[in-house]
Amino acid sequence: MENILTICYLIGSVTFILGLKMLSHPASARKGNLIAAAGMTIAILGTIFLYEDKEEGKKLGNYIWIFSGLIIGTIVGTLIAKKVKMTAMPQMVSLFNGMGGACAALISIIEFQHIAHNIENGGGAVHHGLLISIFLGAIIGSVSFAGSMIAWGKLNGNIKDYAYGGQQVVNVGLMAVILGIAAYLLFTLSPENAYWFYIIFAVSLLYGVLFVMPIGGADMPVVISLLNSFTGVAAACGGFLYDNKVMLTGGILVGAAGTLLTILMCNAMNRSLKNVLLGSFGGATKASGGNKEQGNYKEISLSDAATVMAYSNKVMIVPGYGLAVAQAQHTCHELEKLLEEKGVEVKYAIHPVAGRMPGHMNVLLAEADVSYDKLLEMEEANDEFKNTDVVLILGANDVVNPAAKNDPSSPIYGMPILEVEQAKTVIVNKRSMKPGYAGIENDLFFQPKTSMLFGDAKAALQKLVAEIKNV
Amino acid sequence: MQNILNFITEHQQILYIVILMIFLGIEIIGKVPSVLHTPLMSGANAIHGVVIIGAIIVMGKAESDNYLALILGFLAVILGTLNVVGGFVVTDRMLEMFKKKTKG
Repeated sequence: MENILTICYLIGSVTFILGLKMLSHPASARKGNLIAAAGMTIAILGTIFLYEDKEEGKKLGNYIWIFSGLIIGTIVGTLIAKKVKMTAMPQMVSLFNGMGGACAALISIIEFQHIAHNIENGGGAVHHGLLISIFLGAIIGSVSFAGSMIAWGKLNGNIKDYAYGGQQVVNVGLMAVILGIAAYLLFTLSPENAYWFYIIFAVSLLYGVLFVMPIGGADMPVVISLLNSFTGVAAACGGFLYDNKVMLTGGILVGAAGTLLTILMCNAMNRSLKNVLLGSFGGATKASGGNKEQGNYKEISLSDAATVMAYSNKVMIVPGYGLAVAQAQHTCHELEKLLEEKGVEVKYAIHPVAGRMPGHMNVLLAEADVSYDKLLEMEEANDEFKNTDVVLILGANDVVNPAAKNDPSSPIYGMPILEVEQAKTVIVNKRSMKPGYAGIENDLFFQPKTSMLFGDAKAALQKLVAEIKNV
Repeated sequence: MQNILNFITEHQQILYIVILMIFLGIEIIGKVPSVLHTPLMSGANAIHGVVIIGAIIVMGKAESDNYLALILGFLAVILGTLNVVGGFVVTDRMLEMFKKKTKG
C-alpha cells in the first residue's frame, strides 16, 4: 500500500510542476489549473486511504472528522469562490492564502503539543531538525495568516493604511524576539518552558499584522504574492516534518515561483520589492500632493461627450478600477459596439497594473466578451495615442498620471504610464475629483485638452450610450 | 560542525529536492506575460494548499480522547480544504474568462 501512496505523491508533484508551467501560458492556463487540481485530489485521497505511520504501521483514523472537515471546506470554499464578484478576486486569493497559512500554523501547534507531551513523559531527546520545521511552520504560517487577513481587509476597504514612525525598527525588533525565543527553545526545551512556544505564535501573528499594515492599498497585490510564497514555504516545513515529498515539492515550488512572481509584479510597476515593502507608498505620501496648485478643470456635458466621440475616427478607452467597481464592463462593451457601428475605431489601452491586480482589466473585459485584439498593451497603446482623437478614461487615475514621467518628487515617479496626453482630446470619467489610490493629485485633469465627466462609470456609460444613439 | 555535516548527509535527498525545486520554480514561470500574473498567483495559491495533507495526517493520528488535537486538527482540515478548493475554483473562474476572450 505504501508503494501506491508513493506513486500518488509522485503524480501529485509532477502535476504541480506541469500545472504551474501551463499556468504561465495563456493558451494552456486553464488546463494547467485543472491538472494541478486533479493531482491534488489524488494526493489527498491517497493520504486518507493509504497513509501508514512509519513506526507503528498504523493507518489513519478519525475518518468522520476528516471527511466532515473536507466536505465543509469544499462546500464553503466552492460557494465563496463562485459567488465572489470579479472585482473582489484579489481579496479572495488573499483570504484563501490566509487559510493555508493558518492550516500550516495549526499543524505545527499540534505537533509541538505531541513533542511537549513526550518530553513530559520522559520520552528521549528531541530531534532538532523536527523542532526547527515546527517552529518555522508556526512562524511563517502565522505571519502569512495575519498578513493575508490584513491585506484582505484593506482590499475590502475595512482596514485603512496605518503608518507610524519607527515601524521598521519595531518590525525588526519583533522578528528578533521571535527568532530569539525559537533559538532558546530549540536548545533548552523542557516541560517548564514549553509555553514559550505560544508566545512565538502570538508575536508572529502580531508581526504579520504590523508587516502589512503600513503598506499602501495599491501595493496589496505584491504583498499577497509575497505572502503566497511564504505560505508555500510553511507548507514545505510540513513536508520536512512528515518526510512527505509532495508537500515538500509543492511548497518549495510555490515558494520559489511566488517569490519570482512578486519580483515580476514589482517590475511591471517599475519599482523594487524593497521600495514596496519599506517605502510605505500611498500611506505617508498623501501630504506632498495636496499642497500643490490645483488650477481649474472643466466639465463636459453628456451630449457634448457623445457628439465628440461619435464624430471621431478613433477612440481609445482606458479602463481602471472605477470601471471594475461600477461593474460597467458590459455597458462599456455596448458603447464600443455602438461606436463601431458608427464607423469609429475603438481600442482599449490596458495598463499592466490597472485596477487592483495585474491582469485585472483583461479578466473583466473578457467577461464582457470584448474581443482580444481590441486590448492593447501599454507599449502598443502609447504608440497609437498620437493618432487617437478621443481618449475615454473610465475610473483610471494613477496609471495615466503624467507626474510619473515629469515630476521626480512624485511617489510614482518612474512608473511607466499610458501617455494619454498625446491624444487630441481626453475625457475623464470619475466619481469626484478625489485623488486615486496612491493618494496623489493628477495634473492630467487640469490640462486644457482634458474634460471631466463626473459620475459612476456604469450610470455615465449608460447615459452616454443613450446619447450616442440619438446623435 | 560535525552535526551540520551529519545533518546534510542524513537529509541529502530532501536537500536535493529543495534546491532543484527552487530552480525549477523560478525557471518555469520566468516568461509569464503580465496578463497572467493574477491567475498564476491564484493557481500557485491553490497548490500550496497541499499543506492539507499534513492536516489530514495530524487529524488521522490524533487519539480519540485528545479533544484539543481533534478540534485543532479538524479546524486545520477545514482551512486547508478552503485553501485548495477555493483556490482552484477562483483560478478556474478567472481563466474561464480568458478562454472566452481568445475565441471572441
